[in-house]
Amino acid sequence: MSIVTVQLGQCGNQIGHEVFSTLCSDIRGTHGLCSKKENESYQDSCKERFFCEEESGAPVARAVLVDMEPKVISQTLSMAASSGHWKYSSHSHFCQQQGSGNNWANGYSVHGPRHKEAILNLVQKEAEKCERLGGFFTTMSVAGGTGSGLGAFVSQCLRDAFPTSFILNHVVWPYGTGEVIVQNYNSVLTLSHLYHSSDALLVHENDVIHKICARLMNIKQISFRDVNQVIAHQLGSVFQPTHTAGGGSGYSRNPLGDLLEPLVPHPELRMLGLRNIPQMPQSSLAYSTFSWPGLIKHLRQILIANAHMEEGIDWQVRPPQAGSSIPSTNKPLHFNTSIANLVILRGKDVHSVDLGSFQDPSLYTSWLNPRDAFNAWKTPRAFNKYEKSAALVSNSQFLLKPLDSIVGKAWNMFASKAYLHQYTKFGIQEEDFLDCFTTLEQVISSYTNL
Amino acid sequence: MTQSVVVQVGQCGNQVGCRFWDLALREHAAVNKKGIYDEALSSFFRNVDTRSGDNGPDIYKGKIRSLKARALLIDMEEGVVNEILQGPLRDVFDSKQLITDVSGSGNNWAVGHKIYGSQYRENIVEKLRKTAEHCDCLQCFFIIHSMGGGTGSGLGTFVLNLLEEEFPEVYRFVTSVYPSGEDDVITSPYNSVLAMKELNEHADCVLPVENESLFEIVNKIHQMINSGKLGSTVKQNSLVTSSAGSAKTLQEKPFDAMNNIVANLLLNLTSSARFEGSLNMDLNEISMNLVPFPRLHYLVSSLTPLYTLADVNVPSRRLDQMFSDAFSRDHQLIQADPKHSLYLACALLVRGNVQVSDLRRNIERLKPSLHFVSWNQEGWKTGLCSVPPVGHSHSLLALANNTCVKPTFMELKDRFMKLYKKKAHLHHYLQIDGMEQSCFSEAISSLSDLIEEYNELDATKDGPRIDPSRLKIAV
Repeated sequence: MSIVTVQLGQCGNQIGHEVFSTLCSDIRGTHGLCSKKENESYQDSCKERFFCEEESGAPVARAVLVDMEPKVISQTLSMAASSGHWKYSSHSHFCQQQGSGNNWANGYSVHGPRHKEAILNLVQKEAEKCERLGGFFTTMSVAGGTGSGLGAFVSQCLRDAFPTSFILNHVVWPYGTGEVIVQNYNSVLTLSHLYHSSDALLVHENDVIHKICARLMNIKQISFRDVNQVIAHQLGSVFQPTHTAGGGSGYSRNPLGDLLEPLVPHPELRMLGLRNIPQMPQSSLAYSTFSWPGLIKHLRQILIANAHMEEGIDWQVRPPQAGSSIPSTNKPLHFNTSIANLVILRGKDVHSVDLGSFQDPSLYTSWLNPRDAFNAWKTPRAFNKYEKSAALVSNSQFLLKPLDSIVGKAWNMFASKAYLHQYTKFGIQEEDFLDCFTTLEQVISSYTNL
Repeated sequence: MTQSVVVQVGQCGNQVGCRFWDLALREHAAVNKKGIYDEALSSFFRNVDTRSGDNGPDIYKGKIRSLKARALLIDMEEGVVNEILQGPLRDVFDSKQLITDVSGSGNNWAVGHKIYGSQYRENIVEKLRKTAEHCDCLQCFFIIHSMGGGTGSGLGTFVLNLLEEEFPEVYRFVTSVYPSGEDDVITSPYNSVLAMKELNEHADCVLPVENESLFEIVNKIHQMINSGKLGSTVKQNSLVTSSAGSAKTLQEKPFDAMNNIVANLLLNLTSSARFEGSLNMDLNEISMNLVPFPRLHYLVSSLTPLYTLADVNVPSRRLDQMFSDAFSRDHQLIQADPKHSLYLACALLVRGNVQVSDLRRNIERLKPSLHFVSWNQEGWKTGLCSVPPVGHSHSLLALANNTCVKPTFMELKDRFMKLYKKKAHLHHYLQIDGMEQSCFSEAISSLSDLIEEYNELDATKDGPRIDPSRLKIAV
């Protein structure tokens, strides 16, 4: 099954490019550590999922690029083409001249309706190229104007046009200390709208990835390109072909469905976080060895203690005592309660790995059977030169604090009415803001009371 | 890619504008080695085939033939514009972009605004339309003028009004040179306050500049060069005040160095819109992020570094120094100290080889010493443009919406009141058709209201921080 990617705005396009780049270099690599047959099957599956073959032979990404100003798209197209290994179709992008001015209302109420037909046409064309459409993957930031505003509008249109397809929104949350002053407004407006139209939100936070770059990747002068490459690696580790639990011998034919159905059992709770282990500079890979028990132990503690990476984990945090029935309101505050988790293992000796520790009922809310709440996918083919790697996609309280912080800051600004005239002039009124705040307070409350 | 049109009005406006076009050509020449007319160039220049005369067609792609500035030059005396047309920039402007008269405005806002305004209205509108038609996607008008005289101040604000009426969707950024206390034009307070009312009501963003500050910056640079304290030599064309390497070959006049600073301000402001970067910052984003309430649209600017030493290696310490300087009093383009006043919002536009981590590190470092308004504690807007200015490896433009503009406005008000109480020189204004006493009282009341808005914000500065309570949701 194929996934159509929609890259929205500067961030979406920059990340989208890194993702396709990573996927392509992974399948071209010879570090599969598995049988030739397995490797070929993996390559074919990845190509079917993300690329389509053109007569010239170079794989063409199944993607639609959207931006309201031309510089980023033109850079993205040329970077892909100059790689020599893959490219974007020359007919799958849409751009305008003026940009959205970091104004969500401009992106949503002006650009959205104005360009809806053109954009949806492009998406339709890409969808038709797929023999079997597995769903849509959109990527955008929530801080600016195009990715956030136009992105929210396009996402809604996708839902209306493809009511039975899966839609996964990958969203990037900006640095806490400001890239854009009105980023909190834009974030609140985007997240509340996406909540109504998408199947799930897969979230990356710039602050977190920045720390990974600084501490694990040893990068001195971190650029956005570095951040995007870490994000691409994490996404690749989830979306490259895998064997799912009951999938038989082949790779999963329904990647988005297999991901979303177990992880989003309740419509109120659809924010997913991503963690990945190990992460290190490519140059150190050859000198490092890992053991699965060690990796799994760290990954589990990352989940429980709400850590961001394998360094600086708080090992003091423990799940509440197994066997005692503690009501959810008494659980220790810094313990991260999960609704559902998915662990994806890739590489050497995956089938010997014991994931029993993730099935501990004390990790989860009481209303789901832990057998349903936890899923594992194991694939012998190694990913991106890592001999062993594990990814965790988690529907848990990972994002509760950052979300609460964004809503708090936005509310603070809203109370003083600052910048509201910039939104009202494009048709977003105070009542619209209040509706969005209400939606998100509801989400916060649902996650708090797990 | 969008286009911008520069409207330079009056003696000061045209002199600064002239420096701007000179430096813009220099900047694009340094970046555009192949001589191809690209999108970056098209933001400020048209490409015209002049073999068939001045009315040649516009060429949108391919080699550069003849670059014409997207500009309108307006002055009610001919001297300055004539000089520009005889100088090395004569081929950059064509005759259809000029509006001149002979006798000047006599340092009288009313003459500029009311008399010349109505006289030249149609002419100006027609020329603006022509310029706009040559643009694929016109995003912004830049007006350059001074506040203290008659033409720049009066006719300049008349044009501002006109732009709002005729092109309501296009942004209006105004660079205004404010008179200093020792200005030799006696009526400059009247002219400035009358102009302020127009700026309050019709501009999207105003970048005030004071001659005193420019003068101090120029002096500082001269001192540094002449004192011999610097170990290595300063790269000549890296001075923010210099025009070395540009088209001008004549003797530099005294105001040239100061005007170059303002020209550089405009170049840096538009750099992220013209050139690529990892975090673009377009002009519409500047207006969106820095103007929390419609009338509070006065932005204090600072440019660093002022010069570059000849070493190639730039340790990050020097990079950090660049950030610190941007917030110091002596780098601001008006006499103000943003560090000790209240920030409503701040934008940092970095050019050159600087990454997001450098930006973050410096924001973290400087934040504790700055006061931000309670509802915008993280009020930073950042932009990263990969192309540095000529002669530098990196540079920083800081734009602050800060209550430190208040003293400038209060002094202006005081100087105005000193004259107004005695009714000094009022008759020169009131005898002009269309001018009444109410024009003055409305203008001063507009200024007073603006000052009051800043006062109210300042009052919140040191008070206790009480966050408003959040919405309660039924569980």
